Amino acid sequence: MSNEYERDRDEQAEELPAVQGRERLAAPVKRTGMFGANTTGDTSGYGGLQVRGSAPVASTRPFADPDDPRTADYDRVADALEAGLGERGDAVERVEVAHGEMTFHVRREALLELVRVLRDDPALRYELCTGVSGVHFPDHEGRELKAVYHFRSITHNSAIRVQTTAPDADPHVPSIVSVYPTNDWHEREAWDFFGIVFDGHPALTRIQMPDDWHGHPQRKDYPLGGVPVEYRGATVPPPDDRRSYQ
Amino acid sequence: MTTTEDYIDASGGDWDDVIEKAQATSAERLVVNMGPQHPSTHGVLRLILTLDGETCTEARVGIGYLHTGIEKNMEFRTWTQGTTFVTRMDYLTPLFNETAYCLAVEKLLDITDRIPDRANVIRVLVMEINRMASHFVAMATFGMELGATTMMTNGFRERELCLDILELITGLRMNHAYVRPGGVAQDLPPGAVGKIKELLKVMPQRIKVMRKLLDENPIYLARTQDVAHLNLAGCMALGVTGPMVRASGLGWDLRKAQPYCGYEGYDFDVPVSDGGDVYARYRVRVAEMDESLKIIEQCLDKLTPGPVMIEDAKIGWPAKLALGSDGLGNSPDHIAHIMSGSMEALIHHFKLVTEGFRVPEGQAYSAVESAKGELGCHAVSDGGTRPYRVHFRDPSFTHLQAVAAMCEGGTVADVIAAVASIDPVMGGVDR
Amino acid sequence: MGLEEKLPAGYALTTVEQVVGLARKSSMWPATFGLACCAIEMMSAGGPDYDIARFGMEKFGATPRQADLMIVAGRVSQKMAPVLRQIYDQMPEPKWVIAMGVCASSGGMFNNYAIVQGVDHIVPVDMYLPGCPPRPEMLLDAVVKLHDKVQNTKLGAHREQEIAETEERMLRRSLPLVDKD
Repeated sequence: MSNEYERDRDEQAEELPAVQGRERLAAPVKRTGMFGANTTGDTSGYGGLQVRGSAPVASTRPFADPDDPRTADYDRVADALEAGLGERGDAVERVEVAHGEMTFHVRREALLELVRVLRDDPALRYELCTGVSGVHFPDHEGRELKAVYHFRSITHNSAIRVQTTAPDADPHVPSIVSVYPTNDWHEREAWDFFGIVFDGHPALTRIQMPDDWHGHPQRKDYPLGGVPVEYRGATVPPPDDRRSYQ
Repeated sequence: MTTTEDYIDASGGDWDDVIEKAQATSAERLVVNMGPQHPSTHGVLRLILTLDGETCTEARVGIGYLHTGIEKNMEFRTWTQGTTFVTRMDYLTPLFNETAYCLAVEKLLDITDRIPDRANVIRVLVMEINRMASHFVAMATFGMELGATTMMTNGFRERELCLDILELITGLRMNHAYVRPGGVAQDLPPGAVGKIKELLKVMPQRIKVMRKLLDENPIYLARTQDVAHLNLAGCMALGVTGPMVRASGLGWDLRKAQPYCGYEGYDFDVPVSDGGDVYARYRVRVAEMDESLKIIEQCLDKLTPGPVMIEDAKIGWPAKLALGSDGLGNSPDHIAHIMSGSMEALIHHFKLVTEGFRVPEGQAYSAVESAKGELGCHAVSDGGTRPYRVHFRDPSFTHLQAVAAMCEGGTVADVIAAVASIDPVMGGVDR
Repeated sequence: MGLEEKLPAGYALTTVEQVVGLARKSSMWPATFGLACCAIEMMSAGGPDYDIARFGMEKFGATPRQADLMIVAGRVSQKMAPVLRQIYDQMPEPKWVIAMGVCASSGGMFNNYAIVQGVDHIVPVDMYLPGCPPRPEMLLDAVVKLHDKVQNTKLGAHREQEIAETEERMLRRSLPLVDKD
């Protein structure tokens, strides 16, 4: 009885406001400044002074939340994927269930094998890949670039997300075009905007920006605007450098 | 396909050089550049075609001529301001873009279940009107590109009927920014229901006229039947969704499979055809317009009085909007309240409007069945008042990859029909 | 009370400038340069509800070589800019440009890396048309205003004098330029 009481007390101690406050203050500061943006003079969206990052979440079984019907299928999906991967089960670093969506965080080396299982395993059958979305987190050291894939199974009417990361210093992720041909342009777009190199892509060239463009414009370290217009040798500087409306 | 490596490159440059080259060689292969400024490419699309006589042996697509940087621009604006940007992506389906984005934001906020019923009904209503408008433009531009200007004038005339209603409801003909995180910007104005009832009376007749003109038209059939065939396996591999996959025999529709905005409560069919060609896509689109009318009719029955914005002072827009002599703005009642009634209300209004609301850290993907296919929105938040990253999976972007599969081996004239039947909108492709 | 009252009925007097202006404005041939949202409204203006044919402009040409008006309808990306300039260069003189919508006029809400901040960076613009997108009626209004401008354009020596005067006036104006030192 007393043991149970002590355990309860210990659990509650972790939730004490003071303890939580200490933890919050110990977390690294992710963003400072009055107005998040520091590349333009824009001041809309005033967002306070400091934002602290939170630790990555890893969900544990059971993944199905009885209160959330969207998650009902997730244990079956996780089991099927585990069975499909077999001895390569370490491909999945962690599983996250949030907002009724399931995310598999995958080591990039194992991505290609995993998506092959996702497509071909009769218990999974994710026939449709809805592309890859790049995300750049400059302060996530060693895993700055994320490649986020969304898969949809028409057979089982289910959707999951697969996420893999690559460091800025070595921005390589295997291409999954050989499994999902639809990802051809999506991967080119992610390369164009974020500089993620998809190894094994048949023709990884720029798709949205001009071929001779410098830099990858949707990375966080790329400014929003201020690009001069060049045409036949003449250059027109961007408006901010040219006119003043004070 | 010819085996010779010799070819004439007419993809740009000086015509004299091209002619000189053509006279020097006996090659039959010709590389031509079509677009990005060409009347038959559905916007600023560039096609690089290798022709062997009249046969198109290779079709390559160049895009990016309308890249607008919308996704990056959104990272510098609040979550609410984001709707103003996404509506300008695929400018023929603005309300779908807004809804996909708002559903993702609402998922991140975990308020999906708390959106008022009336707001959901209005969303469905405007989306279905938008679907009809988009399909009319799809047919109109298809006609124009094939040289059938009657289709074009008819399509645009019918579209005006839809736009009149959208303008009455949202204030704008296009680029509405009407669907907002938490609900919609404002309630239906007086007279809107009456106008929609008029539309429901007129529209079936107009669709019938369109079908009378095209369904059995021998020229139209010759240009569309068995042209640009894409089977179901091809659709799946290339990620093709929407009317195109339904024209290849699979009745896949997110409104049925993963209902959102209360679509599970509407009675409608998903038109399917197994032709897999341009004509089948046309038939699916026309049939979808009939289904849209059915849904709109049910929306009118479901419209019960109530709020149209979430009743959460931390998220919902503080002001009721009203139409004044100088346009749409905060209602006079609200201005009187914040300027002379309550200091707290003024502070609240100021904070929420300038700073915006915070969205918890995380990521969400939400998809809607737009007029073109699965329109997905991947939104990432870092816990701030602005999006950290928003990415759109646009159906037009994905579907354009199918051009090579549909065109190669056909005649060059069929390339036009194939591209037009995809109904790509470059604003959505390039974002 | 002048000479014109002595003239026989059925004649009208005008200047060569006015005749040329009338001819030029009455049959403008626009080159389609639809880019984004505005292009759809431009096409609506050609449709039955708004009917740009009333102004003799229904011949939306596909080829720039047989056009004298370019309606830049939509946002111009950095990738599209050289194409746009090339099309403009292919149009024969005299030619006019309407920048339709805020994106074409100034970059509009897209102040970012991808969009040219106003098409006047690459081609001279005669008429700026605000709106996002402008209604077809607004496009018609811009067209009518441009017609007025074309009608009253001077020719030859008058034109040269007009240009010189305009330049003189512009040089005296204080410009909102950033100090470069």
